[in-house]
Amino acid sequence: MKFADLIPILPMIIVGVSAVGVMLQAALHRSHKTAVILSVAGLVLAVATLPAVSQNAPLRFTSLLLIDRFAILYSGLLFVASVAAVLLSYGYLQQFDGNREEYYILLLLAAAGATVLAGSDHFAAFFLGLEILSVSLYALVAYPHLTEGHIEAGVKYIILAAVSSAFVLFGMALIYATSGTMTFDQFGALLHRLRPEEVNMVMLTGAGLLVVGIGFKLAIVPFHLWTPDVYQGAPAPVTGFIATVSKGAVLALLIRIFPPGAMHAGGGPLYTAIASIAVASMIAGNLLALLQNNVKRILAYSSIAHLGYILTAYLAGGPAAVTAVTFYLIAYFVTTLGAFGVVTVLSGPQQETDNLDDYRGLFRRRPWLAGTFTAMLLSLAGIPLTVGFMGKFYLVLAAVGSALWTLVIILVVTSTIGLYYYLRIIVAMFVRQPNTKDTGPPAPLSLTGTLTLAALTVLLLWLGVVPAPVVNLIQSMIG
Amino acid sequence: MILAWMIAIPTAGGLLAWLLGRRQAGWPRWVALATLAVDLIPLLILVNRSLAGGVAASGGPWLASFDLPWIPALGIRFFLAADGLSLIMVLMTVFLGIMAVASGWTEIQDRTGFFYFNLLWVLAGISGVFLALDLFLFYFFWEMMLVPMYFIIIIWGHERRVYAAIKFFLFTQISGLLMFVAILGLYFVHGRATGQYTFDYLQLLDTSLSPAAARWLMLGFLAAFAVKLPVVPLHTWLPDAHTEAPTPGSVILAGLLLKTGAYGLLRFVVPLFPTAALDFVAPTAMGLAVVSILYGALLAFAQTDLKRLVAYTSVSHMGFVLLGVFAWNRLALQGVVMQIVCHAVSTGALFMLVGSLQERLHTRDLNRMGGLWSAVPRMSAVTMVFALASLGLPGLGNFIGEFLVLCGTYHTNVTATVLAAVGLVGASVYALWIMQRAFHGPNRLGLKPADLDGRETVAMTAMIIVIVWLGLYPQPVLDTARLPLQHLQQVTTQAPLSTPATATRPASTRGSFLVTSVVQERGRP
Repeated sequence: MKFADLIPILPMIIVGVSAVGVMLQAALHRSHKTAVILSVAGLVLAVATLPAVSQNAPLRFTSLLLIDRFAILYSGLLFVASVAAVLLSYGYLQQFDGNREEYYILLLLAAAGATVLAGSDHFAAFFLGLEILSVSLYALVAYPHLTEGHIEAGVKYIILAAVSSAFVLFGMALIYATSGTMTFDQFGALLHRLRPEEVNMVMLTGAGLLVVGIGFKLAIVPFHLWTPDVYQGAPAPVTGFIATVSKGAVLALLIRIFPPGAMHAGGGPLYTAIASIAVASMIAGNLLALLQNNVKRILAYSSIAHLGYILTAYLAGGPAAVTAVTFYLIAYFVTTLGAFGVVTVLSGPQQETDNLDDYRGLFRRRPWLAGTFTAMLLSLAGIPLTVGFMGKFYLVLAAVGSALWTLVIILVVTSTIGLYYYLRIIVAMFVRQPNTKDTGPPAPLSLTGTLTLAALTVLLLWLGVVPAPVVNLIQSMIG
Repeated sequence: MILAWMIAIPTAGGLLAWLLGRRQAGWPRWVALATLAVDLIPLLILVNRSLAGGVAASGGPWLASFDLPWIPALGIRFFLAADGLSLIMVLMTVFLGIMAVASGWTEIQDRTGFFYFNLLWVLAGISGVFLALDLFLFYFFWEMMLVPMYFIIIIWGHERRVYAAIKFFLFTQISGLLMFVAILGLYFVHGRATGQYTFDYLQLLDTSLSPAAARWLMLGFLAAFAVKLPVVPLHTWLPDAHTEAPTPGSVILAGLLLKTGAYGLLRFVVPLFPTAALDFVAPTAMGLAVVSILYGALLAFAQTDLKRLVAYTSVSHMGFVLLGVFAWNRLALQGVVMQIVCHAVSTGALFMLVGSLQERLHTRDLNRMGGLWSAVPRMSAVTMVFALASLGLPGLGNFIGEFLVLCGTYHTNVTATVLAAVGLVGASVYALWIMQRAFHGPNRLGLKPADLDGRETVAMTAMIIVIVWLGLYPQPVLDTARLPLQHLQQVTTQAPLSTPATATRPASTRGSFLVTSVVQERGRP
């Protein structure tokens, strides 16, 4: 193997090497700050190599990975989101008494696993990427291991994720048994060729089991039951990471295995299944969020609903759908990282500030932070001037373009229901609190966290007003 | 460029007010006042252009336009244009904006910076709604005016503000989203038919639609405007929002936000879907209009909360707007424009007076008022004027509006006209009821509130001058609106079903096509 053969996976190598670097540094000389700097440097360097890699794209690395421009786009997105997660974690972990450095090793490995998923072209790579990501996440969820809630969430996650991995493996086996192939493009070609009457139960079951595994990672109804508990129990920055990077990678994978539109050909039952999942996610996510009093649980249910919206556009099919899905995903990344970022800067490993009551009167105490949170929530609700509005616009555009009227109407109605619980949080922040004792100026927030939030807010407004450059970038990368 | 200023000035003023409010609580008021005064400059330029017959000179119905590409890949443009109709609306917006600032001068003491930021951004959004001719941009502004209004109600409102604000937001949001889906539907129908995907209103006017598609898309638009107007079964957000909002919020809600619904019906629903609107939905809409007029008046009469009473009168008065729009002939449309402007002034003034009373008496309950005339003669007299305006006394603006609407409607639907005219009786009852309960009779509670102060007197004088002027000499308004209304009517009579879509028209002639065809009155019989 020549060195040039490694170029396609250079970003993953860099991230892996920086994980090793943090590990060595932790062994020789522990320093939280150095660990963060190393991690950020590794991720930024990996992003910096992406343009060079994309010049020669599509490149194939063995039969496992296909690094095309789509994979590169998603890798960039996942790395940047990981940078934000690292920066948000810094202030949070400062308040942690145990060892902090290993956290970043896990986070870097998870990021590497996520990019493997985005670049996989073979069921083996899919499984490897999924496991690298998941195993790191198990440990991350339970990282502040001295607190009860975190351990509980970690155990829940590990059990359910392991079961879903088993489903995925079984699905792969069934697909291999019927189709004799493990590569996505041959499987895709097979799906395409298949006429409805030829659909074979074994293969359908295999595909169905894959959808179960993917659905679990995407936390869509009916595979969502773990979501609120794990979101609530995990440390806030990890929750943000799970909600964005983990879902984004699996979504990229979904688009690769079943390109939008492939659902119709020969796979009619799959189309129906995904459409029902989308509808159920939109309805259940939004309705259940109404019943919550915990901000992290509200955001958990809201993320279920958002994935339902994304699937609506995904079902529309064609390049417009991929553009819409990707742009919405970017919007969702910015907004979700921002929302969990706000929770993060207010929380610590000992005490997660996630009860709705904790946010009462926040506008008085911390006007800037409350303003940021308001912007994030309005973006989740899809109000103009925010990226969430533009994202929803592209989604609805794609869906209306394919005349998916039922799904669009459900999207409209449920997102209005969703507005109610976003407004509830906003109301809580803005209400006057008659009985607060004046405790003086609040403690200063972590600098890296605040700067990250500021950057996310600027991005939120900028993309909300001028989405065209990013959309053009997406189109050039997937086209 | 003038039009872009009319959005940019309040937007920038709002940010400035917010920033300065952090230093000194008193400054934002002055910033807001100054901003709106500056905002009048571009408007006066336009008024001047309109009076000088600029309409004919510029070769189109548009006095000014502003066009920038925004998201070119999807055919979205930042396209603003003003004809006489928009000009009247924006003028009304800035005038009532100034009145709103004046009315909140002493009432708003808490977080003034953020308050005036929201106020100015609502006004920017409303101006945008009246000026946007790109449907995407229109929707953008339509949504943009909601959030600041929501904050105004929820932070500075009265007792049940949270309930009212959320109800207001949810009602407008779901109806707005339905309109958004309809906009996208229209976009695709037009794009597929002509190969040119655009949100440009002027091009979308030519879309040929199948009757079924036209009906569904029209219902999407109608949903948004009917909620905003409001039309009776969809009106329940209004009394709550108007009552719980602080005085400046109520002035803007009643004076301006409702008018965006009326404007939307005039500008979009009927011109874009003439057949569906005038043949399919008009009988129902006129029926609902009559119901709104009568039911609104009835409910107004039943209220003991003075502010809620005034809120219900809006439901009744907006029924006339709906009636006039669906009658869709020259007289009715002129009446609609007059009614929009006069209702904005008279109801805005009534809300300001109720606000002043509440500030003094700390109640809105009519049972806890009475015999105030001797204590506050000036305020009582002013209230009298606007109560009379509200009941449609000749000589004051509202009479002209309602009279023209009834005249126009008589040509199309006699029954509706007769029933709507009964509503005028109801208006007399509730308007006199206000005077009777609050200002006449014995002053049982021994109330001695202070009379209108200098600021309030100046504001009220301005409002009285406007309403009397509109009542005695409405011609300038009618003249300004004449050409745009003619064009709107003309668009609907050239049934787009028969004409093939002409999308190949070069962009340079954008806006002028309406006058290229012969201008002639063709009111529907």
